[in-house]
Amino acid sequence: MKVYMSGKYKAVVMGGSWGGMNAAVEILKYLPADYPLPIVLVLHRLKGVISELPALIRKKTYVQIKEADEKEKMQPGTVYIAPADYHLLIEQDQTFSLDVSEAILFSRPSIDVTFESAAEVFGKKLIGIVLSGASKDGSQGLYTICRAGGQAIVQDPRQAEVTTMPQAAIETVKRAKVLTLDEIAAYLLAV
Amino acid sequence: MLDNVQVDDLFEELLKQYGYDFRDYSRASVLRRVSRFMTHTRLPDLHSLKLATLKDPQFFEYFLQEITVNVTEMFRDPSFFLALRQKVVPILSTYPYIKIWDAGCSTGEEIFSLAILLKEENLLKRTRIYATDINQKVLRQAKEGIFPMAHMVHYTKNYQKAGGKYSLSDYYHAHHGGAIFDSTLLENIIFYPHNLATDESFNEFHLIICRNVLIYFNKQLQERVFGLFLKSLAPLGYLGLGKKESVLFAAKPEFFESIDKEEKIYRRTY
Ligand SMILES: C[S@@+](CC[C@H](N)C(=O)[O-])C[C@H]1O[C@@H](n2cnc3c(N)ncnc32)[C@H](O)[C@@H]1O
Repeated sequence: MKVYMSGKYKAVVMGGSWGGMNAAVEILKYLPADYPLPIVLVLHRLKGVISELPALIRKKTYVQIKEADEKEKMQPGTVYIAPADYHLLIEQDQTFSLDVSEAILFSRPSIDVTFESAAEVFGKKLIGIVLSGASKDGSQGLYTICRAGGQAIVQDPRQAEVTTMPQAAIETVKRAKVLTLDEIAAYLLAV
Repeated sequence: MLDNVQVDDLFEELLKQYGYDFRDYSRASVLRRVSRFMTHTRLPDLHSLKLATLKDPQFFEYFLQEITVNVTEMFRDPSFFLALRQKVVPILSTYPYIKIWDAGCSTGEEIFSLAILLKEENLLKRTRIYATDINQKVLRQAKEGIFPMAHMVHYTKNYQKAGGKYSLSDYYHAHHGGAIFDSTLLENIIFYPHNLATDESFNEFHLIICRNVLIYFNKQLQERVFGLFLKSLAPLGYLGLGKKESVLFAAKPEFFESIDKEEKIYRRTY
């Protein structure tokens, strides 16, 4: 399958916590190995269980999945997972920076931090997606993405394992598209 | 969103006036700290920030304290300390006198962890540790050796996972919600300010520890620090980095061999 790309977007950032990983897999499994955008995935999870995560997701997807390394440059067709216990930021040259500063909303990695730094770099050429989760993290970041002209998407709370995160995002970002996981996948394939 | 040109200008001026160089810090994270500082201090724009820091050295000192990230813990990444104990300490113990540099030691949790480990291996008495940081406030705190009692549960678990031989509580007593650490642990430790971005090598060491500092530097500055460490390591000396720091060191195998890949412990090859 060849994905048609209008060049309208340059990157995708996604975030979730409880239920977020399953949701992410349900989207990512539809993307072909040569998907033309880099994707950054920020999930809250318990300390220590991190390293297995890329392997877990990898089993079910075609796109390449790896943990984001410090100073690594973002490549298309690759999903970068934020390492546990670090905030993940994106530099203007599209490389990653890590940061161990205070947890935000009890989370490190913080979805807001990654979303906000991605918005600085990609502006309107960014898609931000908030998935299932039990926290308000992500709302502020999605708001920043939207304000910078990027596309804000929220998983339909009716379908989410935990509604707190998508619900908070919808309330904060009035212009966000609310979509089911299938619809999000279709959107990512069509842009 | 902060304007990069104005930020460059701010950093140039601070360098000229105070000798502190932030130009080669990882931009995204340092910008986040700067915006956060501006929000807290209610400075409306970069221009006012510039005027305020240039006018008042004390305010600059505060700025410096706030834009550096000092978050740390005891036995952070316990497996690192375990590897140190199992793979590095046996070699260090063959030296009559051991010199260690902990660069970017922050508020001292890492120093106390190291001192406890060395004490349990009977090496502390013949070790001298140089504990440095750019931020003088954290150095003062480190010297005091008082950490919140509430953190001791977590630190005790770390201590055990790091191969601790006794009980962490053997090393402190509780006082008004603080855990006051045994000050004799610091007998051979020298604290002083050193800036990895601008200062030179000042001694030769058998082990250099620099964790979660390089992530805040861009490639050029990391290169500089790489040179600094190479200059400051005794032949066959060890270097321990943070869990996610390695790119540069892994890319230059002619200088360092990896002793423990996972834990980012390297050894000078000559
Ligand atoms: C996140 S803390 C790391 C503390 C400890 N090493 C650890 O891993 O838990 C980073 C420390 O690096 C210090 N630092 C930042 N820039 C520095 C520089 N140019 N030279 C020396 N230390 C610096 C900061 O002040 C801070 O205390």
